[in-house]
Amino acid sequence: MYRSLAEAIADATARGITLSQLAIATEAEDQGRDPQDIRAALMRALVVMRDAVAQGLTGELRSQSGLVGGDAEKLVSGPPGPLAGTPFRDILARALAVQEVNAAMGVIVAAPTAGGAGVLPAVLTGLAAAKKIPDDRVVDALATAGLIGAVVADRASLSGAEGGCQAETGAAAGMAAGAGTEMLGGSPQQVGHAVALAQQGTLGLVCDPLGGLVELPCVFRNATGAAIALAAIEMALAGITFIIPADEVIDTMGDIGREMDVRYRETAGGGLAATPTGRRLARERLVQIKKH
Amino acid sequence: MVSILDIIGPVMVGPSSSHTAGACRLGLLARCLVGGTPERAHVELHGSFARTGEGHGTDKAIVAGLMGFRPDDDRIRTALDIAAREGLDYQFEKTTIADDVHPNTTRITVERGSRKAVMVGSSLGAGRVLVTEIDGYPVEISGSYHTIVLVAEDVPGSVARIAALLADAHLNIATLKLTRKKRGGDAFMVIEIDEPPDEAVRDRIRELSWVRWAFRLDKVAA
Repeated sequence: MYRSLAEAIADATARGITLSQLAIATEAEDQGRDPQDIRAALMRALVVMRDAVAQGLTGELRSQSGLVGGDAEKLVSGPPGPLAGTPFRDILARALAVQEVNAAMGVIVAAPTAGGAGVLPAVLTGLAAAKKIPDDRVVDALATAGLIGAVVADRASLSGAEGGCQAETGAAAGMAAGAGTEMLGGSPQQVGHAVALAQQGTLGLVCDPLGGLVELPCVFRNATGAAIALAAIEMALAGITFIIPADEVIDTMGDIGREMDVRYRETAGGGLAATPTGRRLARERLVQIKKH
Repeated sequence: MVSILDIIGPVMVGPSSSHTAGACRLGLLARCLVGGTPERAHVELHGSFARTGEGHGTDKAIVAGLMGFRPDDDRIRTALDIAAREGLDYQFEKTTIADDVHPNTTRITVERGSRKAVMVGSSLGAGRVLVTEIDGYPVEISGSYHTIVLVAEDVPGSVARIAALLADAHLNIATLKLTRKKRGGDAFMVIEIDEPPDEAVRDRIRELSWVRWAFRLDKVAA
């Protein structure tokens, strides 16, 4: 798979194909697999993503601690805000929904990770529903997201323990931004700018889960990650460019991750996890889980 | 080489790719070392597995793996109850395995019939795993291939004999590693294969007089 988004964009442009076509062709060659097989696997992932959205939106699930669950549904039936009736509000609900399912030990697609699993399905299935985009184009978008994620994995990291939350929900936002931009008709260049615009907005984001569990603030980081991805898509499709190339923004994320204190890398030693309330909830919750 | 299907995946029961999906895969690999669901399992949890494992369902995921459930199987949630019903006697212990091992490491001791095996493995993140020790032999098994592990007396030509046997079965070797604890001592062989080997191949390996035991590990990762 590609190790540079700039290279992938140049190759796609030279061959007159989309990044998703390039991603599937490259994957087929790398892994010795039939392109139809790869699309079928991505379609299965899309089905699981949609199921998780639907399950989470019922509002019936709770995590083991009881601290997570029911918030996605509030965006469905709760009082309106400035985004009422827009795809934006629906996408926020979907992001919360998937992550609530994850916290409740439901079935999700780790894309790129379980902790950041809400962003990509929210943005892609939400935009597809709003714009009536057929499944084969959503599958294309998943391939593009995979290519972007592969570049991030290679140049930086996709692990909160290594790079903080910027490497999980941040990377997910970059993947969703690029994939969503392509799905709505953006050029490979616009995809690159969307990735850079999303990723610059999550640089430095720490991983500070209460009690070390993938619950809080992870659920809400997925919603705000989706919001950043949407902002990036809107800007990129409007023709806005970002002066630092996506590869260099991703490299910066990797550098920041390596320099990030271990307290901010999924150890629950810093950030929100180390607040008085964070510590109290972690204590109470762990006791509750033991009784369970 | 990163695959886009590793990035858009795995499909898994939450909440953590390392503490749940990876833990399940380690259970699946340990199960293979006794050729099926063990009757007894002693599971030692180290580092972050010990500290935050319960909240991530690490215990359920490992037991689920030992029973052959894969990371996307929603029976993981109720795996401990199922194990109690099915007669898998499991025990968990929080411990420090060593100072220099990965933070998400487990040592799993499994028994089935007369067979007993001890496996040490780590969950590296994003569901990827690495088995680092089997019965005291240092190994590196990622579970991304079909794998045959065997212990053989240190006889000349053993590698060639095994390679020929696999070639006869039209199996393509991806990697082959041999380790010994001492010169002239038993050799531990790890063979990663592209296609799944059938029972007959494993049986033919077992029939070799100098092979002490051989097991087939499932491909558990993409």
